[in-house]
Amino acid sequence: MKVSVTVNGAPQEHEVEPRTLLVYYIRDVVGLTGTNIGCDTSSCGACTLLVDGESVKSCTMLAVQADGAEITTIEGLAPSESEMHPMQEAFREKHALQCGYCTPGMVMAAVSLLQEHPNPTEAEVREGLEGNLCRCTGYHNIVQAVLHAASAGSVPA
Amino acid sequence: MIPAAFDYRRAANLDEALSLLSDGGEDAKLIAGGHSLLPLMKLRLAAPSMLIDIGRLRDLSFVRDGGDHVAVGALTRHRDVEIDETLRAHAPLLSHVAGQVGDPQVRHRGTIGGSIAHGDPASDLPAACLALGASFKAVGPSGERTIEATDFFEGFLETALSPDEILTEIIIPKATGAGWSFQKFNRRAQDWAIVGVAAVRGERTGISLVNMGPTPLRATATEAALAGGATDAEAAARAAEGLDPPSDLNATPEYRVHLAQVLVRRALEEAGAA
Ligand SMILES: Cc1cc2nc3c(=O)[nH]c(=O)nc-3n(C[C@H](O)[C@H](O)[C@H](O)COP(=O)(O)OP(=O)(O)OC[C@H]3O[C@@H](n4cnc5c(N)ncnc54)[C@H](O)[C@@H]3O)c2cc1C
Ligand code: FES
Ligand code: FES
Repeated sequence: MKVSVTVNGAPQEHEVEPRTLLVYYIRDVVGLTGTNIGCDTSSCGACTLLVDGESVKSCTMLAVQADGAEITTIEGLAPSESEMHPMQEAFREKHALQCGYCTPGMVMAAVSLLQEHPNPTEAEVREGLEGNLCRCTGYHNIVQAVLHAASAGSVPA
Repeated sequence: MIPAAFDYRRAANLDEALSLLSDGGEDAKLIAGGHSLLPLMKLRLAAPSMLIDIGRLRDLSFVRDGGDHVAVGALTRHRDVEIDETLRAHAPLLSHVAGQVGDPQVRHRGTIGGSIAHGDPASDLPAACLALGASFKAVGPSGERTIEATDFFEGFLETALSPDEILTEIIIPKATGAGWSFQKFNRRAQDWAIVGVAAVRGERTGISLVNMGPTPLRATATEAALAGGATDAEAAARAAEGLDPPSDLNATPEYRVHLAQVLVRRALEEAGAA
């Protein structure tokens, strides 16, 4: 079955089996491996990317369901090679990662969160990231990073 | 984990979905948000031969003020139910409960119709529909019919829908100004309820339970006790009467009975205080 999507602004068209999950399509077919697979059972959020601007667990969506959509992955956030996206910058600034495995999904979920709640409280950040697990940091600095990015102003997708 | 192979068809409209469904044979299944079905397919607990994608039926994604009721399209996503102003005004329990389902990523994909058609006793929206006295519209080869929520959930993941029917609309009688409460007891933020309670108290009183039996349930003994003039505490003590709650990793049946009694009492107090 043919799938046509835009990934990080670039049109992509491929023939895929209907059972291909979006995360495998992005990693193995499009070749963007920044989106991680953690649990593969819809629980951990490591595979989070944006579909038409909203956070989605890409292990729980078929590539064919995304046909026609605009997809943004962690690779598509930074405006240029030398510049980071404000949310990435905030994660670095606040030391919001250790091993980094959860980080791409965490950053994508956080970008989507700030679009829905531009000025979240700490509690709203914690709840807004409930779909993303981190086994290293204890979340504290992740929450600080998201609050920092929010206070720094508009966070583009 | 990769699901078993299947044929995939995307329906452009309701009529096409209905004919794909009747031609698709016994093993054809509808897919809406896929957030109940895909996890089952990945575990190979479900292996439909054909998926009919109704996710693009935008006509079935709406919230409409119908005068004495609010009509919600079956394909309306949890996120859209959560933030809808009409629902917040006239059925705040439903929008609140939608905001408690899973996590933001789940709410961006999952639909209210999928949640109801799936009929999982652990799911939240069916309980809210029971408490609100909702009814469901379904369309099949022989036309449209309306099914009361109280008659809809028949057994574990079994509903009154026949395999060739599509759920199209959820009708919620307005509960403007009524007291309400939703108590979801779980151990981790994004988890399903170990036990949950949805309550509405106003012109109509409805109390329902999550994860206390094979289907989403009404707490009929509590409802009857309240109608007979019992106090909140007396009515809550009867929350699990006649029920046979499941046992799993999280809770024994005895613990669930205890939780139901405590949570119903809290729900009655919160809803009664409004
Ligand atoms: C990580 C995770 C956490 C979750 N947590 C919760 C939670 O806390 N509480 C909760 O209530 N739910 C939870 N869910 C389930 C979620 O709410 C699902 O979105 C919902 O149960 C199913 O909706 P769907 O649109 O995804 O349906 P699908 O998965 O597409 O379909 C489910 C079933 O319903 C049928 N179906 C779908 N639409 C129709 C229709 N219009 N007419 C007839 N049949 C139809 C399908 O054929 C299928 O059998 C969770 C899911 C995940 C992945
Ligand atoms: S890999 Fe998708 S949620 Fe864990
Ligand atoms: S930094 Fe290691 S899992 Fe989050």
